[in-house]
Amino acid sequence: MSEHPADYTADEIMTVTAARALRDGRTCFVGIGLPSGAANLARATHAPGLVLIYESGTIGTKPDRLPLSIGDGILAETADAVVSVPEIFNYWLQPGRIDVGFLGAAQIDKFGNINTTVIGDYSDPKTRLPGAGGAPEIAASCREVIVIVRQTRRAFVEHVDFITSVGYGSGPGSRERLGLTGAGPGKIITDLGVLEPDPQTCEFTATGLYPGVTLDQARERTGWDLAAAPGLVTLPPPTATELAALRRFTTRAKE
Amino acid sequence: MAEIVPLAEAIGAAVHDGDAVAMEGFTHLIPFAAGHEVIRQRRRDLTLIRMTPDLIYDQLIGAGCARKLVFSWGGNPGVGSLHRFRDAVERSWPAPLEIEEHSHAGMANRYVAGASGLPFAMLRGYRGTGLMEAGGPGRDGPQHPSIRAVTCPFTGEILTAVSALNPDVAIVHAQRADTSGNVQLWGITGIQKEAVLAARRSVVTVEEIVPALDPRPDAVVLPAWTVSYVAAAPGGSRPSYALGYYDRDNDAYQAWDQISRDRERFGQWLDTEIFGAARV
Repeated sequence: MSEHPADYTADEIMTVTAARALRDGRTCFVGIGLPSGAANLARATHAPGLVLIYESGTIGTKPDRLPLSIGDGILAETADAVVSVPEIFNYWLQPGRIDVGFLGAAQIDKFGNINTTVIGDYSDPKTRLPGAGGAPEIAASCREVIVIVRQTRRAFVEHVDFITSVGYGSGPGSRERLGLTGAGPGKIITDLGVLEPDPQTCEFTATGLYPGVTLDQARERTGWDLAAAPGLVTLPPPTATELAALRRFTTRAKE
Repeated sequence: MAEIVPLAEAIGAAVHDGDAVAMEGFTHLIPFAAGHEVIRQRRRDLTLIRMTPDLIYDQLIGAGCARKLVFSWGGNPGVGSLHRFRDAVERSWPAPLEIEEHSHAGMANRYVAGASGLPFAMLRGYRGTGLMEAGGPGRDGPQHPSIRAVTCPFTGEILTAVSALNPDVAIVHAQRADTSGNVQLWGITGIQKEAVLAARRSVVTVEEIVPALDPRPDAVVLPAWTVSYVAAAPGGSRPSYALGYYDRDNDAYQAWDQISRDRERFGQWLDTEIFGAARV
């Protein structure tokens, strides 16, 4: 994008920033699309011991190219274990064994609630989206959730049209009332920077912006009154190593 | 006991108009050949059940076979929308499509309950989501037909119950069967075992029928007495894949995006690829 004069794209710095959020040695339940790219990049760079788990039942999978779907053969062939779909959800996800749930979104609101179901009214939708998949229980049960989504006014809305996966519900106390065992979304990583929940209000605020991105630009692309967190930082650009690893994946995915 | 018959005969005997049909296979081993045979035999008013509708149900919906869809994720994996599904939901073409929508965990547990002979399964799920009210509509909509809150009789915790799925017929694809009709599949085994055990009847298509199955420690085995019909259908899960036989045809998934966008182009695809193929 033109606002990034350096030799990386907004999508690339987003993916690299998301990968950096995944620490080595942790277990990560990976959604398809942007999360999968970032999780695989993390494993290929600073987090070789990151355990990748996909809802297709592949645990500890180590693909050397990006899977197009969550059930690609490469995921099964390189996994520590392949289990059935009921088992992955009931034994592995539900009890809270997984550290990080990594999700995408079509719409997300200021409390981190995610919509991947419909735009418009449920019974007469303007756009029918794919739906829930594994996301509602990933969002409920992983110890922490990270969301990766491109920041636009259409995606970042005051209220989502449909709550597919719960973030902080209607604010502080919602998750506890609903009996959701995980802590909820800790970060929203976008093509402009990073948002994190305010510890008091649970409302997502800007905590980091990429080099060259201004708070005003982020506010223009957010449907709620986006506040800057105290200590808002400029996030570091991708390193040459990270970019090379990411581009190797992207090239192979297209082969 | 499984009867080994040609695919057209298996579908003709097992799938009737108005049936609830589950075709399963989680990205891997999707029973495309069997789905195409259902279209070819012009079955109507089906309730289609499947966690990930994928191209196979996009095709059945577009061809007018479905009255209702029970599902948890309806997209073209890694590509985008299922356009025939969207056209049915958004514009009732070629016919209105009733939907009953779940999460993956909910659908998986519904099959487990069905396979277990229980009326419902329990999970921690759905709480706070729109799915709880939506079988229908948004915030003030009617209660979902197959999701309820329940209280644990031991701890008092509020959990979620989902009703059992017991399809009239389950259709899956596997790598192999032996000449007695015992079925073996491996790799990502998804929800196929539960779907077959939950269903009243079942059809299993296979890459090959062999004299005897080599034992494989990681394989799911469906003994012949749990299966109604076995049919040889080499390549029967293309453009998805069969581990050990062929890879996923990612280009076909990309190409479907264009074919399925347009009603007319989809109609041509049906004529040549489904109905034409049958008359050769």
